[in-house]
Amino acid sequence: MIDERSRYLRHLTFDALEGGRRGHVGSTLSLIEILRVLYDDILRVRPEEPEWPLRDRLILSKGHGCLALYAILADKGFFPMSELRRQCTRNALLGGHPERHVAGIEASTGALGHGLAIGVGLALAQRMQRRESRVFVVTGDGELDEGAVWEAALSAAKHGLENLTVIVDYNKLQSYGLVSDVVPLEPLAAKWEAFGFAVREVDGHDVVALRDALKAIPFAHSKPSVVIAHTIKGRGVPYAEQNAGWHHKAKISPEDVQRLREAMDAT
Amino acid sequence: MRQTAINAIYELAKRDPRVVFVGSDLGPGVLAAMREEMPERFFMEGVSEQHVIGMAAGLAMEGYVPYINTIATFLTRRCYEQIAIDVCLHDLPVRLLASGGGAVYAPLGPTHMALDDLALMRALPNMTAVAVVDAPEMARVMDASLHWPHPLYVRIAKGGDPIVSAANSGAFQIGRAIEMRSPGTVAMISTGVMTSRAFAAADLLQSEGVCAGVLHVHTVKPLDEAAILSFIGDAQLVVSLEEHSAIGGLGSAICDCLMQRGVKGRVLRIALPDAFVHVYGSQDDVFDHFRMQPPQIAQRVQEALLDLTGVQARG
Repeated sequence: MIDERSRYLRHLTFDALEGGRRGHVGSTLSLIEILRVLYDDILRVRPEEPEWPLRDRLILSKGHGCLALYAILADKGFFPMSELRRQCTRNALLGGHPERHVAGIEASTGALGHGLAIGVGLALAQRMQRRESRVFVVTGDGELDEGAVWEAALSAAKHGLENLTVIVDYNKLQSYGLVSDVVPLEPLAAKWEAFGFAVREVDGHDVVALRDALKAIPFAHSKPSVVIAHTIKGRGVPYAEQNAGWHHKAKISPEDVQRLREAMDAT
Repeated sequence: MRQTAINAIYELAKRDPRVVFVGSDLGPGVLAAMREEMPERFFMEGVSEQHVIGMAAGLAMEGYVPYINTIATFLTRRCYEQIAIDVCLHDLPVRLLASGGGAVYAPLGPTHMALDDLALMRALPNMTAVAVVDAPEMARVMDASLHWPHPLYVRIAKGGDPIVSAANSGAFQIGRAIEMRSPGTVAMISTGVMTSRAFAAADLLQSEGVCAGVLHVHTVKPLDEAAILSFIGDAQLVVSLEEHSAIGGLGSAICDCLMQRGVKGRVLRIALPDAFVHVYGSQDDVFDHFRMQPPQIAQRVQEALLDLTGVQARG
Protein backbone atom coordinates (compact mmCIF):
# COMPACT_ATOMS: atom_id res chain seq x y z
CA MET A 1 0.00 0.00 0.00
CA ILE A 2 1.43 3.35 -1.01
CA ASP A 3 0.82 5.98 1.64
CA GLU A 4 -0.01 9.59 1.05
CA ARG A 5 3.52 10.95 1.17
CA SER A 6 4.90 8.39 -1.27
CA ARG A 7 1.93 9.05 -3.54
CA TYR A 8 2.66 12.79 -3.36
CA LEU A 9 6.33 12.28 -4.26
CA ARG A 10 5.30 10.12 -7.21
CA HIS A 11 3.01 12.91 -8.38
CA LEU A 12 6.00 15.27 -8.26
CA THR A 13 7.95 12.94 -10.52
CA PHE A 14 4.94 12.93 -12.85
CA ASP A 15 5.03 16.74 -12.86
CA ALA A 16 8.63 16.54 -14.06
CA LEU A 17 7.70 13.91 -16.65
CA GLU A 18 4.93 16.11 -17.91
CA GLY A 19 7.27 19.06 -18.29
CA GLY A 20 10.18 17.22 -19.85
CA ARG A 21 8.02 14.71 -21.76
CA ARG A 22 10.62 12.06 -21.11
CA GLY A 23 12.28 10.18 -18.31
CA HIS A 24 13.26 6.88 -16.75
CA VAL A 25 9.85 6.13 -15.31
CA GLY A 26 10.32 2.62 -13.98
CA SER A 27 13.75 3.34 -12.52
CA THR A 28 12.35 6.41 -10.75
CA LEU A 29 9.31 4.75 -9.23
CA SER A 30 11.31 1.94 -7.63
CA LEU A 31 13.44 4.53 -5.80
CA ILE A 32 10.79 6.72 -4.19
CA GLU A 33 10.66 5.13 -0.75
CA ILE A 34 14.45 4.70 -0.55
CA LEU A 35 15.08 8.40 -1.13
CA ARG A 36 12.08 9.45 0.94
CA VAL A 37 13.31 7.61 4.01
CA LEU A 38 16.86 8.85 3.50
CA TYR A 39 15.83 12.50 3.27
CA ASP A 40 13.00 12.39 5.80
CA ASP A 41 14.67 10.34 8.50
CA ILE A 42 18.34 9.63 7.95
CA LEU A 43 20.37 12.26 6.13
CA ARG A 44 21.72 15.26 8.02
CA VAL A 45 21.43 17.93 5.35
CA ARG A 46 20.49 21.62 5.28
CA PRO A 47 18.50 22.69 2.22
CA GLU A 48 19.23 26.32 3.07
CA GLU A 49 22.97 25.54 3.23
CA PRO A 50 23.59 22.78 0.67
CA GLU A 51 27.38 22.93 1.08
CA TRP A 52 27.25 22.66 4.89
CA PRO A 53 30.56 20.86 5.58
CA LEU A 54 29.13 18.56 8.23
CA ARG A 55 26.31 17.27 6.03
CA ASP A 56 25.86 13.65 5.05
CA ARG A 57 26.65 13.04 1.38
CA LEU A 58 24.37 11.13 -0.99
CA ILE A 59 25.33 10.10 -4.50
CA LEU A 60 22.63 8.78 -6.78
CA SER A 61 24.92 6.49 -8.74
CA LYS A 62 21.97 5.27 -10.82
CA GLY A 63 21.63 8.79 -12.15
CA HIS A 64 18.83 7.82 -14.51
CA GLY A 65 16.53 7.59 -11.48
CA CYS A 66 16.98 11.33 -10.99
CA LEU A 67 13.29 12.27 -11.12
CA ALA A 68 12.88 10.66 -7.72
CA LEU A 69 15.83 12.67 -6.41
CA TYR A 70 14.54 15.90 -7.96
CA ALA A 71 11.14 15.30 -6.34
CA ILE A 72 12.48 14.89 -2.83
CA LEU A 73 15.03 17.72 -3.20
CA ALA A 74 12.29 20.08 -4.42
CA ASP A 75 10.05 18.92 -1.59
CA LYS A 76 12.82 19.72 0.90
CA GLY A 77 13.37 23.15 -0.63
CA PHE A 78 16.79 22.72 -2.23
CA PHE A 79 15.39 24.43 -5.32
CA PRO A 80 11.99 25.83 -6.33
CA MET A 81 9.24 23.32 -7.01
CA SER A 82 8.63 25.08 -10.35
CA GLU A 83 11.92 23.67 -11.66
CA LEU A 84 10.41 20.19 -11.80
CA ARG A 85 8.13 21.00 -14.71
CA ARG A 86 11.06 22.47 -16.64
CA GLN A 87 13.28 19.39 -16.42
CA CYS A 88 14.98 18.47 -19.69
CA THR A 89 13.73 21.60 -21.42
CA ARG A 90 16.07 24.14 -22.94
CA ASN A 91 18.27 25.92 -20.36
CA ALA A 92 16.49 24.21 -17.47
CA LEU A 93 18.17 23.76 -14.09
CA LEU A 94 17.43 20.04 -14.15
CA GLY A 95 18.51 17.68 -16.91
CA GLY A 96 17.85 14.07 -17.68
CA HIS A 97 20.63 13.07 -15.30
CA PRO A 98 21.69 14.77 -12.06
CA GLU A 99 24.45 17.36 -12.14
CA ARG A 100 26.51 18.79 -9.35
CA HIS A 101 25.71 22.41 -10.07
CA VAL A 102 22.22 21.77 -8.70
CA ALA A 103 21.86 22.43 -4.97
CA GLY A 104 21.73 19.16 -3.07
CA ILE A 105 23.38 17.04 -5.75
CA GLU A 106 26.83 15.86 -4.73
CA ALA A 107 28.04 14.31 -7.97
CA SER A 108 27.07 14.34 -11.61
CA THR A 109 26.10 10.82 -12.57
CA GLY A 110 24.48 9.08 -15.49
CA ALA A 111 27.28 6.85 -16.71
CA LEU A 112 26.83 3.83 -14.48
CA GLY A 113 29.34 2.40 -12.05
CA HIS A 114 30.95 5.69 -11.00
CA GLY A 115 29.24 6.52 -7.72
CA LEU A 116 30.83 4.05 -5.37
CA ALA A 117 34.43 5.02 -6.18
CA ILE A 118 33.57 8.68 -5.71
CA GLY A 119 31.81 7.70 -2.49
CA VAL A 120 34.96 5.98 -1.26
CA GLY A 121 36.85 9.24 -1.84
CA LEU A 122 34.20 11.23 -0.01
CA ALA A 123 34.15 8.79 2.90
CA LEU A 124 37.94 8.80 3.21
CA ALA A 125 37.86 12.60 3.22
CA GLN A 126 35.30 12.69 6.08
CA ARG A 127 37.52 10.38 8.07
CA MET A 128 40.63 12.45 7.35
CA GLN A 129 38.72 15.57 8.43
CA ARG A 130 37.54 13.80 11.60
CA ARG A 131 33.96 14.54 10.63
CA GLU A 132 30.90 12.53 11.61
CA SER A 133 29.45 12.94 8.10
CA ARG A 134 28.30 9.76 6.44
CA VAL A 135 28.27 8.86 2.78
CA PHE A 136 25.42 7.06 1.00
CA VAL A 137 25.62 5.69 -2.51
CA VAL A 138 22.44 4.50 -4.21
CA THR A 139 23.06 2.08 -7.07
CA GLY A 140 20.88 0.21 -9.45
CA ASP A 141 21.03 -3.53 -9.95
CA GLY A 142 21.93 -3.50 -13.64
CA GLU A 143 24.63 -1.05 -12.62
CA LEU A 144 26.30 -3.82 -10.64
CA ASP A 145 27.36 -5.33 -13.98
CA GLU A 146 30.02 -2.60 -14.10
CA GLY A 147 33.40 -3.87 -12.93
CA ALA A 148 34.29 -0.49 -11.46
CA VAL A 149 31.67 -1.01 -8.75
CA TRP A 150 33.56 -4.01 -7.49
CA GLU A 151 36.94 -2.29 -7.71
CA ALA A 152 35.53 0.38 -5.42
CA ALA A 153 33.92 -2.22 -3.15
CA LEU A 154 37.31 -3.87 -2.60
CA SER A 155 38.76 -0.51 -1.65
CA ALA A 156 35.87 0.43 0.68
CA ALA A 157 36.42 -2.78 2.59
CA LYS A 158 40.20 -2.39 2.63
CA HIS A 159 39.81 1.04 4.21
CA GLY A 160 37.16 -0.20 6.66
CA LEU A 161 34.82 2.61 5.66
CA GLU A 162 32.22 2.34 8.36
CA ASN A 163 30.87 5.74 7.29
CA LEU A 164 29.95 4.46 3.83
CA THR A 165 26.63 2.81 3.00
CA VAL A 166 25.55 1.43 -0.35
CA ILE A 167 21.86 1.02 -1.07
CA VAL A 168 21.04 -1.23 -3.99
CA ASP A 169 17.71 -0.53 -5.67
CA TYR A 170 17.21 -4.18 -6.53
CA ASN A 171 14.20 -4.01 -8.83
CA LYS A 172 15.30 -7.11 -10.79
CA LEU A 173 14.81 -5.46 -14.15
CA GLN A 174 17.36 -3.71 -16.31
CA SER A 175 16.97 -2.03 -19.67
CA TYR A 176 16.83 -5.17 -21.79
CA GLY A 177 14.91 -7.34 -19.40
CA LEU A 178 15.27 -9.41 -16.28
CA VAL A 179 18.52 -9.04 -14.39
CA SER A 180 18.44 -12.79 -13.90
CA ASP A 181 18.51 -13.21 -17.69
CA VAL A 182 20.92 -10.45 -18.67
CA VAL A 183 23.59 -10.99 -16.01
CA PRO A 184 22.43 -12.88 -12.92
CA LEU A 185 23.60 -11.23 -9.70
CA GLU A 186 22.58 -13.90 -7.22
CA PRO A 187 23.68 -14.65 -4.62
CA LEU A 188 23.87 -10.88 -4.29
CA ALA A 189 24.04 -10.59 -0.50
CA ALA A 190 26.79 -13.20 -0.40
CA LYS A 191 28.73 -11.29 -3.04
CA TRP A 192 28.71 -8.10 -0.97
CA GLU A 193 29.62 -10.07 2.13
CA ALA A 194 32.50 -11.67 0.27
CA PHE A 195 33.65 -8.19 -0.73
CA GLY A 196 33.82 -7.20 2.93
CA PHE A 197 30.50 -5.41 3.44
CA ALA A 198 27.99 -5.89 6.24
CA VAL A 199 24.69 -6.65 4.52
CA ARG A 200 20.99 -6.25 5.27
CA GLU A 201 18.09 -6.96 2.96
CA VAL A 202 14.80 -5.10 3.19
CA ASP A 203 11.59 -4.49 1.30
CA GLY A 204 12.53 -1.28 -0.48
CA HIS A 205 8.95 -0.03 -0.47
CA ASP A 206 8.36 -0.64 3.24
CA VAL A 207 9.07 2.74 4.79
CA VAL A 208 9.30 1.37 8.33
CA ALA A 209 11.64 -1.46 7.36
CA LEU A 210 13.86 0.89 5.38
CA ARG A 211 13.98 3.35 8.26
CA ASP A 212 14.84 0.64 10.76
CA ALA A 213 17.61 -0.70 8.55
CA LEU A 214 19.13 2.67 7.79
CA LYS A 215 18.97 3.77 11.41
CA ALA A 216 21.01 0.70 12.30
CA ILE A 217 24.05 1.60 10.19
CA PRO A 218 26.88 0.87 10.44
CA PHE A 219 25.89 -2.76 10.60
CA ALA A 220 29.36 -3.84 11.71
CA HIS A 221 32.44 -2.25 13.16
CA SER A 222 35.06 -1.17 10.60
CA LYS A 223 33.04 -2.39 7.65
CA PRO A 224 31.09 -0.54 4.99
CA SER A 225 27.38 -1.36 4.97
CA VAL A 226 25.06 -2.33 2.16
CA VAL A 227 21.28 -2.34 2.16
CA ILE A 228 19.84 -4.51 -0.56
CA ALA A 229 16.44 -2.95 -1.09
CA HIS A 230 14.09 -5.32 -2.89
CA THR A 231 11.90 -3.12 -5.05
CA ILE A 232 9.50 -3.22 -7.94
CA LYS A 233 10.39 -1.32 -11.06
CA GLY A 234 7.59 1.09 -11.92
CA ARG A 235 6.11 0.66 -8.43
CA GLY A 236 2.73 2.33 -8.04
CA VAL A 237 1.51 2.16 -11.62
CA PRO A 238 0.27 -1.39 -12.21
CA TYR A 239 0.74 -1.44 -15.98
CA ALA A 240 4.31 -0.11 -15.64
CA GLU A 241 5.34 -2.45 -12.84
CA GLN A 242 8.07 -4.94 -13.80
CA ASN A 243 7.58 -3.88 -17.39
CA ALA A 244 10.89 -3.33 -19.20
CA GLY A 245 9.08 -1.10 -21.67
CA TRP A 246 8.80 1.51 -18.93
CA HIS A 247 12.54 1.67 -18.15
CA HIS A 248 12.73 4.86 -20.18
CA LYS A 249 10.02 6.68 -22.09
CA ALA A 250 10.37 9.53 -24.54
CA LYS A 251 7.65 11.60 -26.18
CA ILE A 252 5.39 11.23 -23.20
CA SER A 253 2.19 13.18 -23.74
CA PRO A 254 0.22 15.01 -21.06
CA GLU A 255 -2.44 12.32 -21.57
CA ASP A 256 0.13 9.59 -20.87
CA VAL A 257 1.06 11.33 -17.65
CA GLN A 258 -2.59 11.69 -16.71
CA ARG A 259 -3.00 7.93 -17.19
CA LEU A 260 -0.02 7.32 -14.91
CA ARG A 261 -1.57 9.53 -12.23
CA GLU A 262 -4.98 7.89 -12.51
CA ALA A 263 -3.57 4.39 -12.52
CA MET A 264 -1.61 5.12 -9.36
CA ASP A 265 -4.49 6.81 -7.61
CA ALA A 266 -6.73 3.86 -8.43
CA THR A 267 -4.47 1.50 -6.47
CA MET B 1 62.17 12.73 -14.41
CA ARG B 2 59.76 10.33 -12.71
CA GLN B 3 61.79 10.48 -9.54
CA THR B 4 61.64 14.27 -9.69
CA ALA B 5 57.86 14.14 -10.04
CA ILE B 6 57.43 11.60 -7.26
CA ASN B 7 59.75 13.46 -4.90
CA ALA B 8 57.88 16.66 -5.66
CA ILE B 9 54.62 15.08 -4.46
CA TYR B 10 56.23 14.42 -1.08
CA GLU B 11 57.62 17.95 -0.92
CA LEU B 12 54.26 19.45 -1.89
CA ALA B 13 52.53 17.26 0.69
CA LYS B 14 54.84 18.60 3.37
CA ARG B 15 53.97 22.15 2.34
CA ASP B 16 50.25 21.73 1.83
CA PRO B 17 47.91 19.46 3.82
CA ARG B 18 45.54 19.22 0.83
CA VAL B 19 48.01 17.10 -1.15
CA VAL B 20 47.36 13.36 -1.26
CA PHE B 21 49.00 10.62 -3.30
CA VAL B 22 47.09 7.84 -5.04
CA GLY B 23 48.96 5.07 -6.82
CA SER B 24 47.66 1.92 -8.45
CA ASP B 25 50.20 -0.88 -8.02
CA LEU B 26 53.57 0.81 -8.31
CA GLY B 27 57.03 -0.50 -7.58
CA PRO B 28 57.94 -1.37 -4.00
CA GLY B 29 59.04 1.49 -1.81
CA VAL B 30 57.52 4.31 -3.86
CA LEU B 31 57.19 7.38 -1.62
CA ALA B 32 58.12 5.30 1.41
CA ALA B 33 58.97 8.42 3.43
CA MET B 34 55.60 10.00 2.67
CA ARG B 35 53.83 6.80 3.60
CA GLU B 36 55.74 6.69 6.85
CA GLU B 37 55.23 10.33 7.77
CA MET B 38 51.69 10.90 6.53
CA PRO B 39 50.02 7.52 6.08
CA GLU B 40 46.56 9.12 5.90
CA ARG B 41 47.52 10.87 2.68
CA PHE B 42 49.22 7.95 0.95
CA PHE B 43 47.02 5.49 -0.96
CA MET B 44 48.07 2.46 -2.98
CA GLU B 45 44.81 1.22 -4.43
CA GLY B 46 45.80 -1.72 -6.59
CA VAL B 47 45.26 -2.47 -10.25
CA SER B 48 41.98 -0.59 -10.46
CA GLU B 49 42.40 2.56 -12.51
CA GLN B 50 38.67 3.27 -12.82
CA HIS B 51 38.34 3.20 -9.05
CA VAL B 52 41.52 5.21 -8.54
CA ILE B 53 40.20 8.08 -10.65
CA GLY B 54 36.74 8.03 -9.05
CA MET B 55 38.17 7.93 -5.55
CA ALA B 56 40.54 10.79 -6.35
CA ALA B 57 37.59 12.78 -7.69
CA GLY B 58 35.75 12.18 -4.41
CA LEU B 59 38.77 13.39 -2.43
CA ALA B 60 39.07 16.45 -4.67
CA MET B 61 35.38 17.27 -4.15
CA GLU B 62 36.24 17.57 -0.46
CA GLY B 63 39.10 19.99 -1.05
CA TYR B 64 42.06 17.65 -1.45
CA VAL B 65 44.53 17.84 -4.35
CA PRO B 66 45.16 14.23 -5.39
CA TYR B 67 48.28 13.32 -7.34
CA ILE B 68 47.83 10.03 -9.17
CA ASN B 69 50.67 8.09 -10.69
CA THR B 70 50.63 5.03 -12.88
CA ILE B 71 51.61 3.97 -16.38
CA ALA B 72 50.39 6.41 -19.03
CA THR B 73 48.38 3.99 -21.16
CA PHE B 74 46.49 2.60 -18.18
CA LEU B 75 45.96 6.08 -16.76
CA THR B 76 44.34 7.32 -19.95
CA ARG B 77 42.65 4.50 -21.83
CA ARG B 78 41.43 2.25 -19.03
CA CYS B 79 39.66 4.95 -17.06
CA TYR B 80 38.81 7.45 -19.77
CA GLU B 81 35.16 7.74 -18.77
CA GLN B 82 36.12 8.32 -15.13
CA ILE B 83 38.53 11.07 -16.19
CA ALA B 84 35.86 12.62 -18.41
CA ILE B 85 32.94 12.43 -15.99
CA ASP B 86 34.30 12.20 -12.45
CA VAL B 87 37.20 14.60 -12.94
CA CYS B 88 36.63 16.86 -15.95
CA LEU B 89 32.86 17.31 -15.76
CA HIS B 90 33.29 18.38 -12.14
CA ASP B 91 36.41 20.39 -13.09
CA LEU B 92 38.37 19.04 -10.14
CA PRO B 93 42.07 19.64 -9.39
CA VAL B 94 43.13 16.02 -9.86
CA ARG B 95 46.69 15.53 -11.17
CA LEU B 96 47.44 12.63 -13.49
CA LEU B 97 51.15 11.85 -13.57
CA ALA B 98 51.60 9.46 -16.45
CA SER B 99 54.72 7.33 -16.40
CA GLY B 100 56.24 6.25 -19.67
CA GLY B 101 54.42 8.62 -21.98
CA GLY B 102 55.16 8.18 -25.68
CA ALA B 103 57.54 5.44 -26.77
CA VAL B 104 59.31 4.95 -23.43
CA TYR B 105 57.96 1.44 -23.09
CA ALA B 106 58.84 0.50 -26.67
CA PRO B 107 60.38 -2.85 -25.65
CA LEU B 108 57.11 -3.81 -23.93
CA GLY B 109 55.03 -3.33 -27.06
CA PRO B 110 51.80 -1.58 -28.01
CA THR B 111 49.91 -2.33 -24.77
CA HIS B 112 52.37 -0.12 -22.90
CA MET B 113 53.08 2.65 -25.39
CA ALA B 114 51.17 5.87 -24.84
CA LEU B 115 51.10 7.36 -28.31
CA ASP B 116 47.56 8.69 -28.09
CA ASP B 117 47.52 10.11 -24.56
CA LEU B 118 47.77 13.75 -25.53
CA ALA B 119 44.99 13.38 -28.08
CA LEU B 120 42.76 11.69 -25.52
CA MET B 121 43.42 14.36 -22.92
CA ARG B 122 43.08 17.25 -25.39
CA ALA B 123 39.60 16.08 -26.27
CA LEU B 124 38.33 16.53 -22.73
CA PRO B 125 36.84 19.87 -21.64
CA ASN B 126 38.58 21.45 -18.60
CA MET B 127 41.65 19.25 -18.99
CA THR B 128 45.17 20.69 -19.20
CA ALA B 129 47.79 18.50 -20.89
CA VAL B 130 51.51 18.94 -20.37
CA ALA B 131 54.57 17.10 -21.72
CA VAL B 132 57.80 18.39 -20.21
CA VAL B 133 61.23 18.13 -21.78
CA ASP B 134 63.48 17.27 -18.83
CA ALA B 135 63.68 16.79 -15.08
CA PRO B 136 64.23 20.47 -14.14
CA GLU B 137 61.12 21.40 -16.10
CA MET B 138 59.24 18.59 -14.36
CA ALA B 139 60.17 20.19 -11.05
CA ARG B 140 58.81 23.49 -12.31
CA VAL B 141 55.53 22.04 -13.54
CA MET B 142 55.05 20.17 -10.28
CA ASP B 143 55.54 23.38 -8.38
CA ALA B 144 53.04 25.17 -10.62
CA SER B 145 50.58 22.27 -10.33
CA LEU B 146 49.75 22.88 -6.67
CA HIS B 147 47.46 25.81 -7.32
CA TRP B 148 46.34 24.98 -10.87
CA PRO B 149 42.56 25.02 -10.52
CA HIS B 150 41.71 22.39 -13.16
CA PRO B 151 42.41 18.75 -13.99
CA LEU B 152 46.01 18.35 -15.09
CA TYR B 153 47.70 15.60 -17.09
CA VAL B 154 51.49 15.51 -17.00
CA ARG B 155 53.37 13.11 -19.20
CA ILE B 156 56.50 11.72 -17.60
CA ALA B 157 59.34 10.77 -19.93
CA LYS B 158 61.92 8.02 -19.63
CA GLY B 159 64.32 9.63 -17.20
CA GLY B 160 67.90 10.74 -17.75
CA ASP B 161 66.62 12.87 -20.62
CA PRO B 162 69.00 15.55 -21.93
CA ILE B 163 68.57 18.76 -19.98
CA VAL B 164 67.77 21.60 -22.31
CA SER B 165 65.21 23.61 -20.36
CA ALA B 166 67.93 25.36 -18.33
CA ALA B 167 68.64 27.31 -21.48
CA ASN B 168 65.49 29.33 -21.00
CA SER B 169 65.05 32.03 -18.44
CA GLY B 170 61.94 33.45 -16.90
CA ALA B 171 59.23 31.96 -14.75
CA PHE B 172 57.60 28.76 -15.89
CA GLN B 173 53.88 28.99 -16.42
CA ILE B 174 51.47 26.24 -17.35
CA GLY B 175 50.03 27.18 -20.73
CA ARG B 176 52.89 29.46 -21.74
CA ALA B 177 55.22 28.22 -24.50
CA ILE B 178 58.95 28.88 -24.26
CA GLU B 179 61.00 30.15 -27.17
CA MET B 180 64.30 28.32 -26.93
CA ARG B 181 65.84 29.47 -30.15
CA SER B 182 64.77 32.36 -32.37
CA PRO B 183 63.05 31.36 -35.57
CA GLY B 184 64.50 31.86 -39.00
CA THR B 185 63.65 30.08 -42.22
CA VAL B 186 62.32 27.19 -40.22
CA ALA B 187 60.07 27.35 -37.14
CA MET B 188 60.23 24.12 -35.15
CA ILE B 189 57.48 23.70 -32.58
CA SER B 190 57.83 20.74 -30.27
CA THR B 191 56.61 19.20 -27.06
CA GLY B 192 57.99 16.76 -24.50
CA VAL B 193 61.41 15.26 -25.02
CA MET B 194 61.21 15.93 -28.76
CA THR B 195 62.27 19.47 -27.90
CA SER B 196 65.77 18.19 -27.16
CA ARG B 197 65.78 16.45 -30.57
CA ALA B 198 64.49 19.63 -32.20
CA PHE B 199 67.31 21.52 -30.54
CA ALA B 200 69.93 19.10 -31.85
CA ALA B 201 68.36 19.13 -35.31
CA ALA B 202 68.45 22.95 -35.30
CA ASP B 203 72.19 22.78 -34.56
CA LEU B 204 72.70 20.46 -37.52
CA LEU B 205 70.63 22.68 -39.77
CA GLN B 206 72.60 25.70 -38.61
CA SER B 207 75.81 23.97 -39.65
CA GLU B 208 74.21 23.44 -43.04
CA GLY B 209 73.31 27.11 -43.29
CA VAL B 210 69.64 26.83 -42.42
CA CYS B 211 68.39 28.94 -39.56
CA ALA B 212 65.82 27.00 -37.50
CA GLY B 213 64.16 28.20 -34.32
CA VAL B 214 62.67 26.08 -31.55
CA LEU B 215 59.50 26.81 -29.60
CA HIS B 216 58.90 24.45 -26.70
CA VAL B 217 55.20 23.91 -26.15
CA HIS B 218 55.16 21.99 -22.89
CA THR B 219 51.44 22.65 -22.53
CA VAL B 220 49.62 21.09 -25.44
CA LYS B 221 46.28 22.19 -24.03
CA PRO B 222 45.48 25.00 -23.58
CA LEU B 223 47.60 25.85 -26.60
CA ASP B 224 49.60 29.07 -26.42
CA GLU B 225 48.33 30.28 -29.80
CA ALA B 226 49.70 33.79 -29.41
CA ALA B 227 53.22 32.48 -28.86
CA ILE B 228 52.94 30.10 -31.81
CA LEU B 229 51.68 32.76 -34.21
CA SER B 230 54.32 35.22 -33.11
CA PHE B 231 57.07 32.58 -33.29
CA ILE B 232 56.19 31.50 -36.80
CA GLY B 233 56.53 35.03 -38.12
CA ASP B 234 57.94 34.87 -41.64
CA ALA B 235 59.30 31.34 -41.45
CA GLN B 236 59.05 29.42 -44.72
CA LEU B 237 58.44 26.10 -43.04
CA VAL B 238 56.70 25.16 -39.82
CA VAL B 239 57.76 21.84 -38.28
CA SER B 240 55.78 20.15 -35.51
CA LEU B 241 57.60 17.54 -33.43
CA GLU B 242 56.00 15.16 -30.97
CA GLU B 243 56.46 11.68 -29.57
CA HIS B 244 52.85 10.91 -30.35
CA SER B 245 50.56 9.69 -33.09
CA ALA B 246 50.07 12.23 -35.84
CA ILE B 247 46.39 12.23 -34.88
CA GLY B 248 45.23 14.64 -32.25
CA GLY B 249 48.44 15.77 -30.61
CA LEU B 250 50.54 18.93 -30.89
CA GLY B 251 50.78 18.83 -34.68
CA SER B 252 47.01 18.61 -35.01
CA ALA B 253 46.58 21.45 -32.55
CA ILE B 254 49.06 23.62 -34.47
CA CYS B 255 47.36 22.90 -37.80
CA ASP B 256 43.96 23.74 -36.29
CA CYS B 257 45.36 27.00 -34.99
CA LEU B 258 47.07 28.01 -38.25
CA MET B 259 44.09 27.13 -40.43
CA GLN B 260 41.76 28.99 -38.13
CA ARG B 261 43.96 32.09 -38.21
CA GLY B 262 44.36 31.95 -41.99
CA VAL B 263 48.11 31.32 -41.86
CA LYS B 264 49.20 29.82 -45.15
CA GLY B 265 52.12 27.49 -45.59
CA ARG B 266 53.28 23.97 -45.08
CA VAL B 267 53.57 22.14 -41.79
CA LEU B 268 56.03 19.27 -41.73
CA ARG B 269 54.72 16.78 -39.18
CA ILE B 270 57.36 14.85 -37.25
CA ALA B 271 55.24 12.33 -35.37
CA LEU B 272 54.54 8.65 -35.11
CA PRO B 273 52.22 7.07 -37.66
CA ASP B 274 48.61 6.10 -37.08
CA ALA B 275 49.61 2.56 -36.19
CA PHE B 276 50.33 0.23 -33.31
CA VAL B 277 54.09 0.11 -33.03
CA HIS B 278 55.85 -3.25 -32.81
CA VAL B 279 59.42 -2.06 -33.22
CA TYR B 280 60.45 -3.04 -29.65
CA GLY B 281 64.11 -2.19 -28.93
CA SER B 282 64.25 1.20 -27.22
CA GLN B 283 62.60 4.62 -27.39
CA ASP B 284 65.57 5.77 -29.50
CA ASP B 285 65.12 2.78 -31.80
CA VAL B 286 61.50 3.83 -32.36
CA PHE B 287 62.59 7.39 -33.10
CA ASP B 288 65.20 6.07 -35.49
CA HIS B 289 62.71 3.73 -37.18
CA PHE B 290 60.31 6.57 -37.86
CA ARG B 291 63.02 9.10 -38.83
CA MET B 292 62.64 11.21 -35.70
CA GLN B 293 66.28 11.44 -34.55
CA PRO B 294 68.08 14.78 -34.99
CA PRO B 295 70.01 13.95 -38.20
CA GLN B 296 66.85 12.47 -39.72
CA ILE B 297 64.79 15.48 -38.66
CA ALA B 298 67.38 17.82 -40.21
CA GLN B 299 67.26 15.77 -43.38
CA ARG B 300 63.47 15.82 -43.53
CA VAL B 301 63.49 19.57 -43.02
CA GLN B 302 65.96 19.98 -45.86
CA GLU B 303 63.80 17.75 -48.08
CA ALA B 304 60.73 19.80 -47.22
CA LEU B 305 62.55 23.05 -47.94
CA LEU B 306 63.69 21.67 -51.26
CA ASP B 307 60.15 20.62 -52.02
CA LEU B 308 58.89 24.09 -51.15
CA THR B 309 61.48 25.68 -53.40
CA GLY B 310 60.40 23.34 -56.15
CA VAL B 311 56.78 24.28 -55.62
CA GLN B 312 57.70 27.95 -55.69
CA ALA B 313 59.80 27.48 -58.84
CA ARG B 314 57.00 25.55 -60.52
CA GLY B 315 54.49 28.15 -59.30
